[in-house]
Amino acid sequence: MSWFEKLLPPKIKSESSAVKRGVPEGLWDKCSACNAVLYRAEVERNIDVCPKCGYHMRIGARQRLDRFLDAEPREEIGENLRPVDMLKFKDSKKYKDRITDAQKKTAEKDALVVLEGKLKGKPLVAAAFEFGFMGGSMGSVVGERFVRAVNRCMENNIPLVCFAASGGARMQEALWSLMQMAKTSAALAAMGKRRLPFISILTDPTMGGVSASLAMLGDVNIAEPNALIGFAGPRVIEQTVRETLPEGFQRAEFLLEHGAIDMIVDRRDLRDTVHGLLTLLHPSS
Amino acid sequence: MNLNFLDFEQPIAELEAKIEELRHVTATDELNISDEIARLQKKSHKLTESIFSSLSAWQVAQLARHPQRPYMMDYVQRMLDEFHELHGDRAFADDHAIVGGLARLDGRPVMVIGHQKGRDTRRKLFRNFGMPRPEGYRKALRLMRMADRFGLPILTFIDTPGAYPGVGAEERGQSEAIARNLYEMAGLRVPIIATVIGEGGSGGALAIGVCDRLLMMQYATYSVISPEGCASILWKSAEKASDAAEVMGMTAVSLTTQGLVDQVIDEPLGGAHRDVDAAAAALREALLRHLGELDTGSAEDLLAQRYQRLLAYGRYEEVE
Repeated sequence: MSWFEKLLPPKIKSESSAVKRGVPEGLWDKCSACNAVLYRAEVERNIDVCPKCGYHMRIGARQRLDRFLDAEPREEIGENLRPVDMLKFKDSKKYKDRITDAQKKTAEKDALVVLEGKLKGKPLVAAAFEFGFMGGSMGSVVGERFVRAVNRCMENNIPLVCFAASGGARMQEALWSLMQMAKTSAALAAMGKRRLPFISILTDPTMGGVSASLAMLGDVNIAEPNALIGFAGPRVIEQTVRETLPEGFQRAEFLLEHGAIDMIVDRRDLRDTVHGLLTLLHPSS
Repeated sequence: MNLNFLDFEQPIAELEAKIEELRHVTATDELNISDEIARLQKKSHKLTESIFSSLSAWQVAQLARHPQRPYMMDYVQRMLDEFHELHGDRAFADDHAIVGGLARLDGRPVMVIGHQKGRDTRRKLFRNFGMPRPEGYRKALRLMRMADRFGLPILTFIDTPGAYPGVGAEERGQSEAIARNLYEMAGLRVPIIATVIGEGGSGGALAIGVCDRLLMMQYATYSVISPEGCASILWKSAEKASDAAEVMGMTAVSLTTQGLVDQVIDEPLGGAHRDVDAAAAALREALLRHLGELDTGSAEDLLAQRYQRLLAYGRYEEVE
């Protein structure tokens, strides 16, 4: 079990692994929330939202961006960046090997994918975290790609949309990963000064250093239904306060209730909603 | 066992205990005993030097959390000529894990903000073990904005295991509070000097740590996660904390080699708690020097340089 899976309460763990491993390539899928047997093609039509109960399954960064942006044009930003193991970090496994494994598993070079494209004809840059790549953890490449996304927005005077899905900072890059929080936030501050909108979409899960930097800094913060969002992991909090956490704690609905996010939007409505917001905030792009 | 000494200092502790014993019999036979004391003191000094010349990262981490380690206010009292504490975030509460206020350093008005830990059980609880809640970070931001408005340099002192992981902290937006500080600090038009005086724990430290100069006391640590946290996640065992401390390169020396720290401030032999006055004097001198250097440019230059500094964080490869 990886570190980020350990962060999650048992219920979520079994749900996500059931989705991912239950019926991988078949014609049929099973919703881990309502147990309905679903026709795979219909699940895909619904961008991996259960057509029966509305449960939002986790999806990869490529698929996410593919379903969010217009089909044309698309240009990837920062794809030539590669992670390095500058500390020769080794725990039970070498960081170098973890990188190689994650690259094989996800076919990505690191945990953030950035594309410049259009949303209903409106030019923008969209970034998405790949949670399958070491828990979407933020290291130097994620930080640099994010900054390049911001830079492209400033060059072309266009808005930024980011889909967060991350366990937090990448421990294997030690203090360098912590500094990515300062780096990405500084870039967003520069972008804000130019009055370019940043829409942050928090998906399941958005925790730790990613939550405590770029993900919470949207001009508009949107969450997907039931997404786990917070700073400290539920297990850590439980150990600290020594009591069972309330039902729905750190879920999107809890954050909306407590004023941390602007709205919860169904994945299938995101194109319309984000387009609407961007048109209001930045009519000229 | 003397609580002032850590495990790895036990040989020193034994010698010191012997010296202490001898001191009590001085009255009866003065001459020989004072010679013996001097001899033992010399030996103790040498032993301390030898033990402290090759500390492991884990030993440094223990020193950074030493129960006698000087905390923010210990430095403030010694370094600053004046200090007016300012309370509250104007929205929810006054967080006692973060102290801030207006002060005078060498005649010059400054804004001082830092984590504060408590010495005994009651004060530890009062300070929440130096773990701030969102209102602490929001108080810090309020004071930093005030400093920006009145053109006061900001001195921050970092000493926290991390931001508090609690239900209320999450309800009030711990993530947003930290993120907002990172965002705003990038644009403050006054110099910011951050000094890690003890534990630099993760986002809870960085939230007052965006800066133009990063200083570290010799036996301070700064890391993305506590060694125990790192060990329990990556090794599945908190017992491996010493390995985690080593591999994360969290000591001032290692971080300087990595190019992340601007200056390490030497501590008195045996650590800052052995001679707090000397440690505070050394820190004061370093702060004055860096303040002097940062004074020279315009606010625009300062901001441009800070932006470059922040954007330069990262090590990656770029392929064709």
